[in-house]
Amino acid sequence: MEISFASQLLQYTITGITVGSIYAMVAVGFNIIYNVTEAINFAQGEFVMLGGLVMVFLRVTLNIPVVFSLPMAILVVTVVGILLDRLAIKPIRKPSVLSMIIATIGASFLIRGAAMFIWGKNPFDLPPFSGRNPISLFGAVVQPQGLWVIGFLVIMVIVLTLFFDRTILGKALRACAVNPKASSLVGINVKHMVLISFALSAAIGALGGIVITPISLMEYDRGAMLAVKGFSACALGGIGSFQGAVTGGLLIGLIECLGAGLISSGYKDVFAMLVLLAVLFIKPSGLLGSVEVSKIKKF
Amino acid sequence: MAGNHTLKRDKMTPRLGGFALGIFLFPLLAQQIDFLEHYVDVMVFAGIYSLAALGLCLLMGYAGQISLGHASFFGLGAYISGVITTKYGINPWLCVFLGMLVSAVVAFAIGAPSLRLRGHYLAMATLAFCIIVTIIFNENVAITGGPDGLAFIPGIGIFGYALDSVTKYYYLVWSIVLLVLLLCLNVIRSRVGRALRSIHSSESAAGAVGVNVAKYKIYVFVLSAVIASVAGSLYAHYLNFINPSSFDLFVSIKLLIMIVLGGMYSLWGGIVGAVLITFLSYEWLHYFEDAEVMVYGAIVLVIIIFLPGGLVSLPDKAKVLWAREDGGRRVHKVGQ
Repeated sequence: MEISFASQLLQYTITGITVGSIYAMVAVGFNIIYNVTEAINFAQGEFVMLGGLVMVFLRVTLNIPVVFSLPMAILVVTVVGILLDRLAIKPIRKPSVLSMIIATIGASFLIRGAAMFIWGKNPFDLPPFSGRNPISLFGAVVQPQGLWVIGFLVIMVIVLTLFFDRTILGKALRACAVNPKASSLVGINVKHMVLISFALSAAIGALGGIVITPISLMEYDRGAMLAVKGFSACALGGIGSFQGAVTGGLLIGLIECLGAGLISSGYKDVFAMLVLLAVLFIKPSGLLGSVEVSKIKKF
Repeated sequence: MAGNHTLKRDKMTPRLGGFALGIFLFPLLAQQIDFLEHYVDVMVFAGIYSLAALGLCLLMGYAGQISLGHASFFGLGAYISGVITTKYGINPWLCVFLGMLVSAVVAFAIGAPSLRLRGHYLAMATLAFCIIVTIIFNENVAITGGPDGLAFIPGIGIFGYALDSVTKYYYLVWSIVLLVLLLCLNVIRSRVGRALRSIHSSESAAGAVGVNVAKYKIYVFVLSAVIASVAGSLYAHYLNFINPSSFDLFVSIKLLIMIVLGGMYSLWGGIVGAVLITFLSYEWLHYFEDAEVMVYGAIVLVIIIFLPGGLVSLPDKAKVLWAREDGGRRVHKVGQ
């Protein structure tokens, strides 16, 4: 069957948005930790990988229905995020951004190694949340799971927006992002905020991993590349900006899928990297980040 | 932190002398003991990684910048040497030089924009660079041989004298390590080194007294890339075979781990870490290949939490602990 160029383009766009949603989730996770600690969490991709694999264990091995296994998997990974802060970040006596970054690199290796011991090197499949019958749309094919992915991104954006705007905890996190010293003067426990930021990013990363596994499978060493793509998204949108991370994620997903489909699939991973380099060189503040913030922040 | 690496000339000379003597004696001793004999071979790789680590040490410990792209400069050196000597039969030393030149230009192109910004933009730019380079090595099958790698790379000689044994190559590599170490020690002691230390203590203060922060960071980044490229060329000519997985992100991070383990605030730390990690990955962890990643992760965390100055800071730390214990007792007595 001949597929028209238009429907091919539509197909790439749909896939791009699906993949981009995951990058967006990773990017949001990066931002939350970055805003509080100014460090890049290199273990962010590991949260996504763990989310997927823990979900596989709960859903496939223990056969727990999605409604229960999804929050359980998120909870498990959140605990890992909390442990990461307590065991790797908090014990550093003279914390500098450099040492925190190195600690997260070490932690990512540790998590990846542990995952390999537990699950082995083979990729795992997860049954989609609602069947595998593809929906066709103007000649393109949409997997039902893709809709779940996009749906969860929307839910995440709404919940996080409410959290940051309406709750005291969310406002405290935002205050830390603006000025940690001043926040501690008004009674915000910055160390707690760091802990919460790690827990929150872990939860978001886990959600990403859980929803994408039925589409792209999941194996122990997927985290690094996801983290890099998520970071590209983060940089494209403007480091520290919530809306920027979501926009950047979707754009990176689109660029990647269109690039792989129209130019060369062998260089699929290069496109996101080129975007990252271009952003760093041309407009380090990103699309939606404020120039002021990127100047003040010691990122 | 910054004050610790003021190195006095009189303190360095015996240390360097001992180091040179150790390098000279190692193969002679190792050849006498059966199960240590192949350690000379491992030490060649350790020397090659020491080179790359020295440059990175200068960048991380002294300029306070993370590079995740050093495996790529290492790879650029290796592939330029490998491809050109194998396909065109040009003098290997010329290729080493060509690799240095290309690495310098590439490092400048990446470093100049990202090091003008404050903070850790370089880590990200080099991360992206590393992934791109690995993909290029993998995809350009016609030139690089793709994932299967490039074989039959000729060896290297000095003025017609072929370095055809492991021991001969060992002396070549470690002589270059010694030279580069001297070069780096000189850089630290020079104006550049003082500027770098001031940057590490406080970038704003350094800028305020007129230190051109970006210029010095770029200088060190380019220098470290060039050193890594030399290491790559030596690697290609020693192993006679290269493939992209020897130069991917994992290797970049391994180089980083070497420095963290040995101690990033001292050049000796780079060498100590490189030797230890090389032995870990080539010898001791060889049979537990699966555990390698986990062991590295654990090493990094333990060091960064308990011994931020790395293994080379152990003697100093022991001294401090000793003194504190002593002082503690005295205070206790006064209390009684």
